[in-house]
Amino acid sequence: MEFISPEVLARNADELIKTLDPASLTPKDRRAIPLQEMPSQDPVVRRSNMQEVALGYTESQVRLEAMRCLQCKNAPCISGCPVSINIPGFIAAAAEGDFEKSIGIIKESSSLPAICGRVCPQESQCMATCTVGKAEKDVMRSVQIGRIERFVADWERENDKIQVPEVAPSTGKRVAIVGSGPSGLSAAFDLRKEGHDVTVYEAFHKNGGVTVYGIPEFRLPKNIVEIEIDTLIKMGVKIVTNFLVGKTRKLTDLLDKDGFDAVYIAAGAGLPKFMGIEGENLVGVFSANEYLTRSNLMKAYDFENSRTPIYKAKKVAIFGGGNVAMDAARTAKRIGAEEVHVVYRRTETEMPARVEEVHHAKEEGIIFDFLTNPVKILGDEKGRVKGIECLKYELGEPDDSGRRRPVAIEGSNFVIDLDACIPSLGNNANPILSNSTPDLEVNKWGNIVVDENNKTSIDRIYAGGDIVLGAATVILAMGQGRHAAKSINELLKK
Amino acid sequence: MNKIINKIQLSDDVFQMEIEAPLIAEERKAGQFIILIVSEEFGERIPLTIAGADEEKGTITIIFQAVGDSTKELGKKTAGDYIDSLLGPLGKATHIAKYDKPIVCVGGGIGVAPLRPIVEAFKKAGNEVISIIGARNKDLLILENEIRTYSDEVIICTDDGSYGRKDLVTAPLKEICESRDPAEVVAIGPPVMMKFCALTTKPYNVKTTVSLNTIMIDGTGMCGGCRVTVGDETKFVCVDGPEFDGHLVDFDNMINRLNTYKDQEEDHNCRIGLDKKGGDR
Repeated sequence: MEFISPEVLARNADELIKTLDPASLTPKDRRAIPLQEMPSQDPVVRRSNMQEVALGYTESQVRLEAMRCLQCKNAPCISGCPVSINIPGFIAAAAEGDFEKSIGIIKESSSLPAICGRVCPQESQCMATCTVGKAEKDVMRSVQIGRIERFVADWERENDKIQVPEVAPSTGKRVAIVGSGPSGLSAAFDLRKEGHDVTVYEAFHKNGGVTVYGIPEFRLPKNIVEIEIDTLIKMGVKIVTNFLVGKTRKLTDLLDKDGFDAVYIAAGAGLPKFMGIEGENLVGVFSANEYLTRSNLMKAYDFENSRTPIYKAKKVAIFGGGNVAMDAARTAKRIGAEEVHVVYRRTETEMPARVEEVHHAKEEGIIFDFLTNPVKILGDEKGRVKGIECLKYELGEPDDSGRRRPVAIEGSNFVIDLDACIPSLGNNANPILSNSTPDLEVNKWGNIVVDENNKTSIDRIYAGGDIVLGAATVILAMGQGRHAAKSINELLKK
Repeated sequence: MNKIINKIQLSDDVFQMEIEAPLIAEERKAGQFIILIVSEEFGERIPLTIAGADEEKGTITIIFQAVGDSTKELGKKTAGDYIDSLLGPLGKATHIAKYDKPIVCVGGGIGVAPLRPIVEAFKKAGNEVISIIGARNKDLLILENEIRTYSDEVIICTDDGSYGRKDLVTAPLKEICESRDPAEVVAIGPPVMMKFCALTTKPYNVKTTVSLNTIMIDGTGMCGGCRVTVGDETKFVCVDGPEFDGHLVDFDNMINRLNTYKDQEEDHNCRIGLDKKGGDR
């Protein structure tokens, strides 16, 4: 798809909207409105800056896109949303241009809309069940729900309309939350609203979890995260940084010594996975977690000011096909790599990354090596990466996940010369809490075992997000946070 | 924000600081470390071993050498100043037990600082403790008195012979392995020193524990930057360590990894040197 400048997109929308009468649109009229593309920074410019790539709709664009919604009575989109936002409701308000009402409807169900509008995999959630997409036989042509959500959340922030939600009178009950990522913050929001005294413990020196250490500035600006968290603080949620539950304080001490009535563990993913291939500990091999944390949390991309270094490589390969892999690849490009490869065992269709991220990565010149898998990392005499040996794959029968299983083609070995590689293969469960809490039940992978209410094997201790799910998305983690908060709210009523 | 209670200069560029951190002081055990950031905005997360703690005062003690930008900045702080962040205690504690045979604690340079609480813990568990501490010269030797307090015997080595034996720490270590059949050797110091301590004890089959200080960011297992090859496994220093079996650690790989950013830092210094606005950096 060709790059269209934001100016052209804005002008086209302004002209079109004048010709429409929003009050008398038939379904046929709605279907005739062209899908509104997301204005974005020119690929040539953006690959050497850290500023946000997607610029957000204009007012005409958001109203036009909202008019594409058929307002289905059965609202299939809601069932696709992990936090069950009233999607047709907020879209109808946006179509009318009543953005205040629109954001109000979202906030009944979600505390972090400016974040979710940017990072949710809408095409596998709300958009997957959208009638418009079904009719067009292309999920990417569904109503662009996330883009509308983003617009109204940004509108609220930019117009100083953010309202601090009402908090019920104090219950005198105290809840501790382990981790200030999306899951912990969502739980904090729902628990505080009920009037409980909520303290969030964060191991890093900054709040936000994966939204600040993992997701890059060019996809999710950090000031947006800060403002969303600021609302929680204004509601009276306390956040304590530099506090690692399990080390600074034992988990059970929070209940036994510190007087908390319940705990929600949302500690996040934990330990980066490696492939177990030769050469993985050579200099120049970084987990995506490390590479992204250096750049995002520690601002290593700001070479002049940051004291945290980041490896400057000319040719880089990322292993994996998820959102984190896309983030790492696009970061490497911005750090100054001339050639960046994404090496993925399957094909583009099976890639778990958001379609928009893959599209943006391609626009920025990232090279995709599909059906390719590294078998060995090659080092020079100084122990530094000089290349990878790969095998070519072909697709075989579908596996348990329903995706066609990649099968290695014997003898297809070949070498890619490079000076850094970044495995981006997901995470194993972090052992710190389970090691220091003998009664906390975990499964064979080390993930915390919970019941249908997100309660762990220990009374009054709940868990959710990636430490339970393995690896998930921001919104799934948020959904678990809300669910656990509901359970805790019920527990504390007793 | 954590307040610096006092600061003592131990040698030319080595400082000891007592910092307010009541929860860490309560929880920490010998062998564990902290990560601190001097100033948060653009600061670096630096891992430092806890050299001691006073639970009643709610303070911990760190000892560091001001060699990089961040440790130099820390070295400029004085009592009453604050550091922006302090996280800990991190890593696993030293395995302390009572043995029938002596324990040998070997510390080189700044490595004597993390060794001190281990010497103390082994002594308090009822062991006979022989300490070997070394430095390039007399002025760089730190914590001699503190080590003496908890050791049955102390052997001092300097490279130039300005104090104690003119020897590397591996020389007396070899003698002790031959004559005293130690239960365990704990060696902490520069990577090369630990490597040669492990090579020294290997023929005698003496259990040798080393404490590694690798590159890390979070210190909680999340980044994996600290990983080392131990035997045929990859281990994370922050959650699996910092102490490992010295006979299994691939020191050459670890030393290479410690130098990951060395060329870049040299480049960086060059550029700053040319920049007229660079000031004293």
